[in-house]
Amino acid sequence: MNVAAERAGNAATVACDQDQDALRVRLGGDWTLRQNLPGAEAVSATIAAATAARRLTFDTSALGRWDSGLLTFLLGVHEAAQQKQISIDATGLPEGVQRLLRLATAVPERGGGRRQTQRAPFLARVGSGWLALSAATSETVTFLGEATLSLLRLLTGRAQLRGGDLLLLVQQAGAQALPIVALISILVGLILAFVGSVQLQMFGAEIYVANLVAIGMTREMGAMMAAIIMAGRTGASYAAQLGTMQVNEEIDALKTLGVDPIDFLVLPRMVALILMMPLLCVYANLLGISGGFLVGVGMLDITPQQYWNQTIAWVRINDFLLGITKSIIFGIIIAVSGCLRGIQCGRSAAAVGEAATSAVVTAIVWIVVADGLFAVLTNILGI
Amino acid sequence: MVDPAPIVVENLTMAFGSFVLQRDLTFTVARGDIFIIMGGSGCGKSTLLRHLIGLKSPAAGKVYYSGESLWDSPIEQQRQILQGTGVLFQRGALWSSMTLSENIALPLREYTDLSAAEIRDIAALKLALVGLAGFEDYYPSEISGGMQKRAGLARAMALDPEILFFDEPSAGLDPISSRLLDDLILELRDSLGATIVVVTHELASIFAIGNNSVFLDAESKTMIASGNPKLLLAETKNPTVKQFLTRGASAALAT
Repeated sequence: MNVAAERAGNAATVACDQDQDALRVRLGGDWTLRQNLPGAEAVSATIAAATAARRLTFDTSALGRWDSGLLTFLLGVHEAAQQKQISIDATGLPEGVQRLLRLATAVPERGGGRRQTQRAPFLARVGSGWLALSAATSETVTFLGEATLSLLRLLTGRAQLRGGDLLLLVQQAGAQALPIVALISILVGLILAFVGSVQLQMFGAEIYVANLVAIGMTREMGAMMAAIIMAGRTGASYAAQLGTMQVNEEIDALKTLGVDPIDFLVLPRMVALILMMPLLCVYANLLGISGGFLVGVGMLDITPQQYWNQTIAWVRINDFLLGITKSIIFGIIIAVSGCLRGIQCGRSAAAVGEAATSAVVTAIVWIVVADGLFAVLTNILGI
Repeated sequence: MVDPAPIVVENLTMAFGSFVLQRDLTFTVARGDIFIIMGGSGCGKSTLLRHLIGLKSPAAGKVYYSGESLWDSPIEQQRQILQGTGVLFQRGALWSSMTLSENIALPLREYTDLSAAEIRDIAALKLALVGLAGFEDYYPSEISGGMQKRAGLARAMALDPEILFFDEPSAGLDPISSRLLDDLILELRDSLGATIVVVTHELASIFAIGNNSVFLDAESKTMIASGNPKLLLAETKNPTVKQFLTRGASAALAT
């Protein structure tokens, strides 16, 4: 019986032979992690096959350098030997290896400590998925309820906003968002005008580019683009702020002092976005229309006066009001999803990242869903 | 009539879902005690604290504050009970967007009708008590970990609570700061007459300040010893407790 894995030069070698009731494992060469080490399987197989063996000894006269690579190999051998109840005589190993091996085997592995990666049956997975979904839904609904109550408390004067906090949040969600909202809205206006002009030129109706851009921006794109920018910018930052506070036990500290985290953290953020979103929406509308104006006047031979008259004549106040109403709803969606994900955040750095991601995704999904509902409703109501 | 004890815990069972962490915990914290909750890592010390300070509801059993059951009270009353307590969290848990002074001012603004100037004076006093005079306008991220912890203590004391909770006060502190914090805890008990509950596994502090304790055991999932830690060390027959209180020396002697 002989298993050998010979390699050229200083490569690690292992051979195993049997002498009556003793198995002898001969190790040679350099046993370091940087080498291509032979696995313990070959020796384990020999041990498993050896019927009469009672002892296992080592011969390391040809062993060169060694490190953890040798130890993992020996642990594999150790395990195989234990299964066959073969006693191990480690005296043939270098002194350091013997001591490390004793250390590694001193504490027996904790029963049940190792994670089982068992695949649950299909029905069980469906069941636990459903339970998780219903738990998450009830958590979300609870949060929405608490946020609504908090808003009501504010309106009836039973909750207070701390002025300094609110102003800071208003600045972050308002003034500081202006540059990016401006850039995106002008570009959206330009794009709408370009796309529209190609089609309308076929009918010689370039002047209607003004209608397209003005109505498109005021009814849809102004509120929508502002909301998507704010979801990525402010929603994510709310989730990260509140998530970090959760990690640092700051939210627990609020609770133990009897301060309602909803009133203290969520309410001012909701109010800031409810106040700022309509303003950002109007700002986006104006800049989008001026983007369209640039294309219309610069490339389509429409005079500034014509473009202006056309816009004024066709945009109704209702279009503006619709966009502004939407933007308020979108603001609430962004604030609630940002704060919800932040409050639900787990207690690790990775959880904060997930909270921020999930806040943006949740907000954008619900913004689009809400916009769809608006489209259906306004169609039915003829607004 | 005798005053009911500040905190009585009866048959408390703590669980996460179906996983029971500790069961049948029963102990009383007397007025003026420095009560130690001790045990090895992961035995549920901090979780027990979260049950006491109203952050996690028990799976079974009661927590009484001066005779009133915390978890059976309506939310308003719970809030009122907990107003009489202050908590120093493991890493201070100062609100990072506020200065130290604002951190201490927040509970005062919430619960008192004091003017802004008075609140500022009280905040300065509390900071001075923990040796941080002059740091009113610093943000938590601008001071060291030990200072954050002391500022956290100043905030916990903001409303002059009768009961103070400490979660691992010496974790992350050097031996001298840790010793100073122990002295501060003793001083607070003696001067303010506060009752103090400390979660710790730091032997030096346990013997220096504790006069009553429970020992939670992760293996048997319940408390296996209680009483004055110094007496426990001398008298306990339980090998796990003995080993813990002697840093494993008794086990080393036995083998």
